[in-house]
Amino acid sequence: MNRIIRKQSLNPTVTLMEIEAPLIAHKAEPGQFIIIRSHSDAERIPLTIADFDRSAGTVTIIFQIVGAGTMRLNALNEGEYVESFAGPLGRATLTEGIKKAAVVGGGVGCAIAYPVTKKLFEQGTVVHAIAGFRSKDLVILENEFRTHSSAFYAVSDDGSWGEKGLVTDALKKLIESGEQYDEVITIGPLIMMKFVCALTKQYGIKTIASMNPIMIDGTGMCGGCRLTVGGQTRFACVDGPEFDGHEIDFDEAMSRSRAYVSFEKREREEICNLLKMKEGGNS
Amino acid sequence: MAAREPNKHPMPTQEPSVRAHNFDEVALGYTAEIAAEEAQRCLNCKNKPCVQGCPVNIDIPAFIAQIRNNNPEGAYDVISKTSSLPAVCGRVCPQENQCEHECTLSVKLGLEPVGIGRLERFVADNHRLNSKTVPVRPAPNGHKVAVIGSGPSGLTCAGDLAKLGYSVTVFEALHTAGGVLVYGIPEFRLPKSIVAAEVEELKALGVEIFTNVIIGKTLTIDELLEQGYEAVFIGSGAGLPNFMGIPGESLCGVYSANEFLTRSNLMKAYLNDSRTPIMKGGKVAVVGGGNVAMDAARTALRLGAEKVTIVYRRSLEELPARKEEVEHAQEEGIEFRLLCNPTEILGYKNPDDPRDPKNGFVKGMRCIKMELGEPDERGRRRPVEIPGSDFELETDTVIIAIGTSPNPLIKDTTQGLEVNRRGGIVIDENCMTSRNGIYAGGDAVTGAATVISAMGAGKAAAKAIHTALT
Repeated sequence: MNRIIRKQSLNPTVTLMEIEAPLIAHKAEPGQFIIIRSHSDAERIPLTIADFDRSAGTVTIIFQIVGAGTMRLNALNEGEYVESFAGPLGRATLTEGIKKAAVVGGGVGCAIAYPVTKKLFEQGTVVHAIAGFRSKDLVILENEFRTHSSAFYAVSDDGSWGEKGLVTDALKKLIESGEQYDEVITIGPLIMMKFVCALTKQYGIKTIASMNPIMIDGTGMCGGCRLTVGGQTRFACVDGPEFDGHEIDFDEAMSRSRAYVSFEKREREEICNLLKMKEGGNS
Repeated sequence: MAAREPNKHPMPTQEPSVRAHNFDEVALGYTAEIAAEEAQRCLNCKNKPCVQGCPVNIDIPAFIAQIRNNNPEGAYDVISKTSSLPAVCGRVCPQENQCEHECTLSVKLGLEPVGIGRLERFVADNHRLNSKTVPVRPAPNGHKVAVIGSGPSGLTCAGDLAKLGYSVTVFEALHTAGGVLVYGIPEFRLPKSIVAAEVEELKALGVEIFTNVIIGKTLTIDELLEQGYEAVFIGSGAGLPNFMGIPGESLCGVYSANEFLTRSNLMKAYLNDSRTPIMKGGKVAVVGGGNVAMDAARTALRLGAEKVTIVYRRSLEELPARKEEVEHAQEEGIEFRLLCNPTEILGYKNPDDPRDPKNGFVKGMRCIKMELGEPDERGRRRPVEIPGSDFELETDTVIIAIGTSPNPLIKDTTQGLEVNRRGGIVIDENCMTSRNGIYAGGDAVTGAATVISAMGAGKAAAKAIHTALT
């Protein structure tokens, strides 16, 4: 059981929780993830670590309320406990030796792009952060990005925040203007990462993509998180979650991510109704 | 002397047509009357060949004698001297290759051996249901040992050390203790309440169990040693599932047996109100012939599959699964496609509609027929493809149960820990790894094997740790 120290709604569909977990906080590095279970009968949800505080012994997670599992998690409040919290899992982002980098985050993926940006910035890397959201009301971590990057580029699909367009447009503009990156790191929806990787491949820029496939144990046991990278089967939980973006079979990953769509839809509706009933009963 | 019953007393079981639709235990266990009669079959031989056949050397004729004397608790005391998990072993041990294989009744007299496993289960169940005795916590001996993994080897090692007065802490990566007994072996073969009872028994002995701690990640072995643990036992199992390396293995609807069974067992997808998704119904093909393949096939059937087929590349004779499991699977209507090997898993793709929800899901499996050729290095006849014998098996789900490899998490974070080319941890005759004070046993050493051999390894390591620390 781990206590929720702080809960903050970053936008209507994204929540931040700071969780008490001293052992994990002691070890955590950007790029790694934890597995959380909100209740004793809840699913195991893998979430990438958004931040950690070694001295306070806390780990911050940021999640989008998309399905039944995240809805139940979001129903918990400050001071309450999550059933379990295990990690840190996966390999940390390799940041050593990078002199200049672009970090490209999309949507809730920015929650993961931020700690990497911060680590690069704090180690002295010139880091350009590009964050993309559908619209202004979905923006998260804007100030954090601004204060922990060498330059920050805001993009939105509808133009309500920053430049109107896609993250790939912004990245392309920077590359074409002569910016030379040792590495591009991208975290966000699969389709976005696919196009970021396709773009950087044209320019021959090394690109790392952070994958978030369906997972159960997170320790290499189930193989559910497998991906094809460079023609080889790799497990995101133990070999990743970050891989060479030019080697990832994104189409396959997108197909696999749809395995339980119909089940998830049913579950979401059911939990939605349950939570509504609970709220109704309380008022 | 009256003529001995030539056959074991049959195990009362649920009717195949009924049990194929529920997750209740298949085998119901001997009644006291049947157990007493079966115990009469034991010759009580002086040289006790059965004991040699038992990886944890239970004094089998002695416990059977106690059943004959109508003293099942006395029988339990005999068993628990050497075995920590009798209710588990009585259910999942491959007795036909172990104790019962050596039984004089069959070796010398050509009769069926004594039903040792069934009697063991009777004794353990009787104890769990009727005994009010609480285990006595031994006086602490002042030594501290860490055990990694709460599967059969870890629990056995922990139990044996706790009985000697050690302060034992078990670290489990998942959220429930029991390892493969919880995530792998299904409810209908090993009810989880039994595993939980065995775990509680260990806790009563003073064993501390921390779940959700991944050694190699949350803490390293070196940190455990720094924290004052004088010895560490690695019983982390062989978790990493093997795949076949054929096209189509990443389609939706292809599972490793570990994933399929974990979803059903650990994550309780078999319960009607479960929050865990799993593909149910339709046609299911299971690749492999071990106990795990049987468990996956029978789980799929109970989840509502209309047809379940086991695809195995050798013949019935080479099937590595426990005999009883194969028989049960056959009775339940599971089809066996023997001498047959998959070459490709076929996916659905609608050329006219890229948004068709069926796109990317399994629709069939291409297989080729095999015949047995020359024996391989282990003496098993090697299966060879029959050219041109390809055929397509219609299926919606494919479960791959072709074995597992040791998990690299601990190896990667423990400097100087030697592993063999298959990733198994190398140990010496005292169960010690290449690092002083670090011991290992079970599947983490041998690769995928049986529950009882893992228990034997946990037992041997406990003995070695005790010798080293006192």
